Amino acid sequence: MRRLSADETHMVRFRLNNEPVEGAAEPRTLLSDFLRHVLARTGTHVGCEHGVCGACTIRIDGTMARACMTLAVQVEGAEITTIEGLAPEPGRLSVLQAAFRKHHALQCGFCTAGILMSLDTLLQAEPEADEGRIRDVLSGHLCRCTGYRQILDAAVEAARELRKETLHA
Amino acid sequence: MKPAPFDYIRVDTLDEAADVLAQSADDARVLAGGQSLMAMMNMRLAQPAIIIDILHAAGSRRPEIAKGRLRISALVRQEALSTHVGLEQEVPLLAQAAPWIGHIQTRMRGTVCGSVAHADPSAELPLVLVALDGQVHLKSRRKRRTVPAQEFFLGMMMTEKADDELIEAVDVPLTPAGTGTAFREVGRRKGDFAIVSCGAVVQGTTTRLAVGGVNDTPAVADWENLAPADVAEALNALAWSLDARDDMHASARYRRDLVRRLGETTIREARSCAD
Repeated sequence: MRRLSADETHMVRFRLNNEPVEGAAEPRTLLSDFLRHVLARTGTHVGCEHGVCGACTIRIDGTMARACMTLAVQVEGAEITTIEGLAPEPGRLSVLQAAFRKHHALQCGFCTAGILMSLDTLLQAEPEADEGRIRDVLSGHLCRCTGYRQILDAAVEAARELRKETLHA
Repeated sequence: MKPAPFDYIRVDTLDEAADVLAQSADDARVLAGGQSLMAMMNMRLAQPAIIIDILHAAGSRRPEIAKGRLRISALVRQEALSTHVGLEQEVPLLAQAAPWIGHIQTRMRGTVCGSVAHADPSAELPLVLVALDGQVHLKSRRKRRTVPAQEFFLGMMMTEKADDELIEAVDVPLTPAGTGTAFREVGRRKGDFAIVSCGAVVQGTTTRLAVGGVNDTPAVADWENLAPADVAEALNALAWSLDARDDMHASARYRRDLVRRLGETTIREARSCAD
């Protein structure tokens, strides 16, 4: 059993986008705020802070998760991926990101980081995901710009591209 | 939209969690997947002094069959339930309801027992538990006890669970062959809270309908030898017997209408797959 007191900060360590990171957090610090304010990774956006909008979605130990409904102290030792970890190298977009750009699947971009994290996780776990499955996963996100059509088009094309890549690998 | 300060305790066993609860009672809350409690804390509707994180405790992460029942212990996430192989045969109503529990992003974190403990009136898991005569297994340092699901839910987010107790597991009987079940709900967006949800169980001459989202707790109606021609009238009586209210999501009248229409569809579907 480990007890962390409310009125002190505590060191939290985990792996973020394949690199070890650490920082001080109160027990009540949300992971979304820890990423943005302590680690200065501002790619993860914060919308509703009660799990509805999906903007803060990240990957924790391989599964999609709302960073706003997770405490920083809960992810001690975990493996976390955020939007900053999606591009294969600086200046190059991932297949999914490139498809979003091609299909105009974002306008203001506020929801985009969360949507990309959900879809990236989905396409890794289920390369065969069809439009119905993608719609299902997308239902956990709100986008007020696109009307979702372009996002679906981008995701379906990215899924197809990724299957081709695996085929020829 | 940030939680009020609290002490955080990460326990290694559920026994440790029970010990902390025994010492702190109503100041402490158990945190599992956090998909209901964290939202409540962010909105400061809940301000516990102590958070007991049980997710790293030892215990089963998968549903298990024991003594003719499917047992889902405290650490089983909702997604582990919905991807449990054989669920369609073992407890088809759970398999039918599982895709409606929140969004995949919240199912991957949220636990089954956590949703039961939260007891939202429109949540799917309490409804299914009541429809199937499930049980809730409670644990405290004083004792262990088992409560039938129909007696567990007392009101909106109020349950039979005492402040020093935690839910160790829930279970439902394996569904006998020949039973027909169906689940339907209507909400504004797939994965949002249901305005009305219905689960039907047809077994021999008995027809059962459980309704969520109308009363403060899942409501259950049983009929013997309900003829197809009498379904509409039975559902109309049921709709008026419930305590439908107006709120920002829907009017009482709309809710009653959903009970009639959704109820009929659900019963018809359950009958079509019953022997």
